[in-house]
Parts: sequence; C-alpha cells; structure tokens
Amino acid sequence: MSEHDISQAHAKLIRRITGTVRRIWIHIPLFILEFVVLMPFFWMITTSLKPLELMNVPPYLIPTHFYWQNYVISWSIAPFGRYYFNTLIVVLGIVTGQLFFSSLAGYAFARLRFPGKNIIFLILLSTLMIPMYVTVIPQYLIIKSFGLVNTYLGLILPFLVSAFGIFLFRQFYITFPKELEDKALIDGCSRMQIWRHVFLPLSKPAFAALGIFAFLFAWNSFLWPLIVTTDPDMWTVQLGLAMFSGRYGTEWTYLMAATTISVIPAIAVFIVLQKYYLKHLVLSARLG
Amino acid sequence: MKDETKTAIICIAPALVVIGIFTLLPIFYSFYLSLTDWDGFSPIKNFVGFSNYLELISSSDFWKSVGVTFYYAVGITIISVVAGLVLASVINRSGRLMSFHRVIFFIPVVTSFVAAGVVFRSLFSPAGFLSDTFRSIGLSPPNWLADPTLAMPALIIVGVWNRLGFNTVISLAALQSIPRGYYDKAKIDGAGNWSRFRFITVPLMKPIILLLLVMSMVDAFLIFDLAFAMTGGDPLGATRVVGLYLYRNAFHYYKMGLASAIAVIVIAIILTMSLIQMKLSKFGREA
Repeated sequence: MSEHDISQAHAKLIRRITGTVRRIWIHIPLFILEFVVLMPFFWMITTSLKPLELMNVPPYLIPTHFYWQNYVISWSIAPFGRYYFNTLIVVLGIVTGQLFFSSLAGYAFARLRFPGKNIIFLILLSTLMIPMYVTVIPQYLIIKSFGLVNTYLGLILPFLVSAFGIFLFRQFYITFPKELEDKALIDGCSRMQIWRHVFLPLSKPAFAALGIFAFLFAWNSFLWPLIVTTDPDMWTVQLGLAMFSGRYGTEWTYLMAATTISVIPAIAVFIVLQKYYLKHLVLSARLG
Repeated sequence: MKDETKTAIICIAPALVVIGIFTLLPIFYSFYLSLTDWDGFSPIKNFVGFSNYLELISSSDFWKSVGVTFYYAVGITIISVVAGLVLASVINRSGRLMSFHRVIFFIPVVTSFVAAGVVFRSLFSPAGFLSDTFRSIGLSPPNWLADPTLAMPALIIVGVWNRLGFNTVISLAALQSIPRGYYDKAKIDGAGNWSRFRFITVPLMKPIILLLLVMSMVDAFLIFDLAFAMTGGDPLGATRVVGLYLYRNAFHYYKMGLASAIAVIVIAIILTMSLIQMKLSKFGREA
C-alpha cells in the first residue's frame, strides 16, 4: 500500500467517524428538549405517587415513593367510574357517527354526479373556518329546545358529522380507479351497494385516520360538556377532572392521580395510530 | 329523478342536516341574538338594535379581555412558529430516529387542555416543581399564577408547550417536500449553509410559515379550556380571555344577547385573520 493510499484510507475513516459523531450529536439537544417537554408528565406521575404531606426541597421528578392508594382514593372522592362510562358512550357515538356519515357523504362527493355538488361541497368546507365556541350559544339553545340537555344525545348530536371527515373520505375515494364501480354496475349493483360492498371494505386507512381525529376530539372536548350538562351524573372525564380540580384544588397527589389516568387513553391511542394521524395532519392544517 | 341523484341525496342528507342545524344556522342565529336582550329562557325577547355592541365597545372589561387574548395569541404564535421551524430543521437531519422525535414532541398536542392546565397549575404552584427548584438554589420563588404580570406568561408557556409539536410536524412535512436536488445544485455552485437556507428554504417555506402564523394565531385566540382549568381568568382578570368572558356572560349572567355580540365580534376577527392569510399567500404566489 502506498503512502497515498494510507492517507486516503485515513481520511475516509476520519470522515466516517466525524459523520457518526455528528449524527449522534444532533440527537443530544433533541433529547434534552424532549426531557423538558415530557417533564410535566414526570412531575404528574411522581406527584400522583407521593404521600400527601410531603414537601420536596430539592425537587425530584422520578418517583421514590409509591403510594398507589392515591389512585384508589381519587376514584372514591369523585365518581370517576361514572365519568369514564359517560365519556365512553359519547366517544363511541361521535366516532361511529363521524366514520359512517363521512364515508357515505365522501362517497357521494367523490363518485356520484348530482346537481349542486360543487357548491354544496364548498359550503361544507367553509364551515370548517367557523370555530366551535362562536356557535356554542345557539347550539346550546337548539339542544335545549329539543329537550336534550343532560342527555347523551345532546352531548353527541352536534358532532355526529364532521366536514373534515367528509373531505378526508372524498380525497380518499377520488383516487380509486373507475373500473372498480364500472364492473359492479355491469353486474347489476346499485350505487348504494357499490358503496357498501366495494368502497367500504377498502376504507380501512381512512377509517383509521378519521377515527383517531374523532377520538381525540371527543375525548378531549370540554366546552360543550360543560355547557350542556348540569347534572354531575352526566359529566365526562374532562369535565369531572376540571370540577375535581376546582374543588380539591391543592390536594395535588389525588389530583395528579386522576389526571394521569385521564391522559393515558389519548396518548396510548395516539401512539398506536400515529402513522395515520400525522400523515393527515397536513391535510387538516390546510383546511383549518 | 335519476337513481344516481337519489342515492347522492341519501348519502349527503344526514351530513347536511347536522351541519345545517349545528353550524350554519347558529351563525345567523348568533347575529340575530346579538341584536336582542334575551336571557335564554324567558318568553320576552326584546329587539335592542346594536346596543349590545355599544355596551361592549364602552366596556373596559371587554377591551381588557380582547387585549389579554391578543397578548396570549401573539406570544404563542411567534414563539411556537419560530421554535417549530428550528426544531423541524434539526429533526429533519436526525435520520432513523426522526419519527421517534416527531412522536415525542407531538404528545403534548394530544393531551387535553384540562389535564395540561391542572398539571401546570401544580408545577407553578407554591408547592410545585418550579418553586421548589427556586428554593433549592436559594431564591424565593414568585407566586406565578397569583401575580398579574406573571400569570399570562405562565399561560403562554403552557400554550407553546401544547402548540410546538403541531407546528414542528407541519414544518417538517414542508421541509421534506423541498427536493433535495435544489440543495445539491446550490452546493455545487458554492452556496454555503446560510445562503442555502436563505435562498432555498425560506422562499419555499413562505406559504407554510404564513399558514402556521395564521393558524396558530386563530387557534390561540380561541383559547378557553386551558384558561378555565389553569387560572379561571385570575388574577384580576389578567388571564380572562375572550372565551371566558363570553362563557361567563352567556352561562353565568344569562346575557345571551351580549354574549352573542361577543361571538359575532370574534367571528369577524378570525375571518379577518384568515382573509389576510389568503391575500398574502396569493400575493406570494404572484410575486
């Protein structure tokens, strides 16, 4: 091996090492920032496991005590079981409704010809610009006039359909090849049967995407349950948590135990389905 | 009627009915209510013209709530858009761990504002992590949420914490849509890191930056849950954002007319922001 070859091999090695170092280096500020971003969660979990009267100087973020009974106590102070049951029903109603009606309407906008299609679609899209809280007073008055205050239906009905979901399904169905329905039409299927037997079975990715958007929306929503329920038996998890926080404001250990349980479903669902969620986030942003 | 049209009507009818009743109708209904003095349940509903609007315009409480909401919204927008861009360009180079980082930074976005408000109220409380940290290095901690000048910055910290992941993921997607070839070519032409950023990244990212600015501003302007759960508008109205002001007037004082006038003003503010964005992005495309 000549001297030239050796120095060249040397340079290559150095370049590879610096490359690796740089690749690792870039993660270090990210890990530090991630620790800061996740810090409230560490604090929440640690506090939820502390004995009630403990002061912490210096503070710590990794649990050293494990007072699991805080969780039991927080559930006995407020009827969280009831809140979770209510939330489950509301979430199921909203998610099922949005999936079903979005798929149906998205199919019509993507594959059927009918008069006024474009203008109706534009009106639907423009409603996305109207934020919920500016329509909340009339919504409440309408629900009240239907006699639906303090009912599951009242909690679900205004969100049973989502313009975003319709748009998502339209974009999804519009990419399907035309031969798909031509063949079915020749076989004598009606347009409705085509939706049911051809499009619906192929909709899994769209269902997953809208499903997680709808789930997170329904799980985290707060203003509407706050307004439309006055009976504590109808409270959802978020509402129960806020009220618990208002009443037991500084009993942090119980409060953090209740909060920990309430964030787990949202974070778990997000992590499992994040691929679908993040893929459609840009779409949701462009619409919003 | 053609079968196809009939099927289409069946398919879109439920969606139109629900959106019509719960989104379209309320817009007009809001405007109508804003011209009355209705309390929401009595049979008497007087038409009062624009007096609700006049009452708001002359109310210092209303202006204060608009002011603190803008303070919050501008704070969130500037910090989270800039930080999101920087973070996205770092994550963009992180190779195989990219999706891991993306998911971690996104976790606060899917955490409810109520939960975030409760946890941060604890963090900022006199017995919380921040105060304990101050004490352990020998400083006396401020009482963040009881101090009218510190309460809003505290709220902004939580808002940024919540928003950062969203802006980062959108920025990252935009960065990745820039063809690598542009950078390679510029490199061959001798362009350095900075000029590649200045002359390739920034111009191509402009529409997305604009979109993020307006979206963050609008979303932040509509803050409600977080302020409700974390401060309840205290101290001394320092965090009483428009959402809380509207909610109190409508559902504590039963001034549905006045509260509807607030809603109409908020719609106007938000539509103005969106129009500015559309105008600017069209301008950007022509230029």
